[in-house]
Amino acid sequence: MYRTQSGEEIFIIDGHTHNWNAAKENIKNIHGQQFIDCFYGYHSVLSPKDQVWPKEKFDNYGAEQMYRDLFVDGPDDMAIVQSTYLTDFYNTGFNTIERNAEIKALAPDRVIVNGAFDPRDGEAGLDALEAAAAKYKLKGVKLYTAEWRGDSRGYKLTDPMAYKYLEKAEKLGIKNIHIHKGPTIIPLDKDAFDVADVDHVATDFQNLNFIVEHCGLPRLDDFCWIAVQETNVYGGLAVALPFIHSRRDYFTNVISELLFWLGEDKLLFGSDYGIWTPKWLVDQFMAFELPDEVKQAKGVDLTLQAKKKILGLNAARLYDIDIEAQKQKIAAGAREKVHA
Amino acid sequence: MSLNETGREAEVRRALDRVTDPELDEPVTDLRFIDRLTIWGGAVSIGFRLPTYWCAANFAFLMADDMRREVGALPWVKHVEVTLGEHMYADKINHGLAHGLSFRDTFGNDASAELDELRRTFLVKAFQRRQEALLRYLLKYPAPQGVDGGPAPAMTKVQRPSPAMTEGAAPTRAMTPETLVAMTLPALKALPVDPEGDQIRRRYLDRRHICAAPGEPLAFVDAQGEAIGAESLHGYLQALGRVTINAEFNGALCRGLLAARFNEDGEPSLADFARMPGTA
Repeated sequence: MYRTQSGEEIFIIDGHTHNWNAAKENIKNIHGQQFIDCFYGYHSVLSPKDQVWPKEKFDNYGAEQMYRDLFVDGPDDMAIVQSTYLTDFYNTGFNTIERNAEIKALAPDRVIVNGAFDPRDGEAGLDALEAAAAKYKLKGVKLYTAEWRGDSRGYKLTDPMAYKYLEKAEKLGIKNIHIHKGPTIIPLDKDAFDVADVDHVATDFQNLNFIVEHCGLPRLDDFCWIAVQETNVYGGLAVALPFIHSRRDYFTNVISELLFWLGEDKLLFGSDYGIWTPKWLVDQFMAFELPDEVKQAKGVDLTLQAKKKILGLNAARLYDIDIEAQKQKIAAGAREKVHA
Repeated sequence: MSLNETGREAEVRRALDRVTDPELDEPVTDLRFIDRLTIWGGAVSIGFRLPTYWCAANFAFLMADDMRREVGALPWVKHVEVTLGEHMYADKINHGLAHGLSFRDTFGNDASAELDELRRTFLVKAFQRRQEALLRYLLKYPAPQGVDGGPAPAMTKVQRPSPAMTEGAAPTRAMTPETLVAMTLPALKALPVDPEGDQIRRRYLDRRHICAAPGEPLAFVDAQGEAIGAESLHGYLQALGRVTINAEFNGALCRGLLAARFNEDGEPSLADFARMPGTA
């Protein structure tokens, strides 16, 4: 829970978190090593200096540490934890649903576990998705379209098999599709960050919500254009938000564009934990004001109400979370913990 | 190192200065991508690296190809070798470069075409960013006497900087959208500006041909080569601003990631270039 100076409570739902395992013994090859090293690069470049972790902690922090960083030291009331497999890079997978279930076990009322699917898994993957949906009561999945799989370097949401999976998701009540765009889509002569496939599936699956992580950056212009036309496309602020610390002018530009094109109802806070921790992100976001000249030039504002929506209300709507009921559950859970 | 070798190294460096990262629109030298340069007679060997192992293969190939072309154009250069280090496609790309293969031949079925379209896409983005910078500069920059509001021919009056301008005396109002969109190329070139403005103008003029047809009289056209309406200039600039936001995202991240990856800080200089044994 975050409390403003005037004492107002703001319910925080962290829309994008991970509980990964990139410990040495789980790394399969150079790609797995370079993958976590690249994440650590993001972490060390955009975090405030005093928030930079040692690499060993970053590689495998574990559920207990995650619980502390999000819910004890951090302001998160709830967190959505995403699954990413990368089984070509990590022996037992990078960030499996079972790993995510570990943090759920520590904080059952606070954690929402999202699954994952990959159309390249074919028919068998459809069955696995159904089983996971039943076991974890999935309301969302994370898709990593640039994941390497054998000789394949990724897939497009418009691939015929991807449509089968999206149809299945819709049937299973998995209505939130988080999409991460990475840089290795085939064919290699095209712009690898192209977000146009999101446009097609958003039109064809009106009952699903598509949350594009890091707002399609570095293709913000294309993303905004798509999001304006598709009412079911949302922007996840992971990666965009950390610029608030070291590149405030840049963040001002990005958030004002997003407010102009998508509006305050379509943006979701996400720390991308463990790349960044939510405490400093939320503190800085709450303290952030749009400069008057930007408000005037773009005709937008980032009011307290807008911040509340971005930090929790929007995610609550997508995930059918009753905030008042949730507050009571969490408070009861916290008492149990204290008295345990 | 002999004078000759020093001179050759400087020439190679200047050639590499002309190679830009297509996405960031900045020279690969400023970005510190070049981590090795060796010159042996007419043979030049260039090593480069990128901020992450995952940087897009097509951009990596484009840059290597441009390096090969620019350095190979120097009259004394007989052979250029370009090698990419620590990258997911390093082996493939280096093989293609060593054998003078095209992108498509290098990547086979993973590429459906050569990189011309991609190169063009990013040259247009570079044109847009540079144009935005210049338009915003000129909108803020106070126009000299006689420029503002006048039709294009009136510009001839100010083809030479007036003494008042060069000495920084108080000019008149800022330039209006109407003046800007109607400005001719000669008038833009003749406009007296300060050194910062001159730099911004030069960068724009270097890319103007990407979108402006040969012989186009207007200084400013859009990505389709069409005139820009005065009343729509504000919206047009906002749109260009989004192109810039993308490039800055990568720019800010890439520099930081490169430094983090190779554990470096400080500014690049010629000292970054490894020299031939015995020549340092």
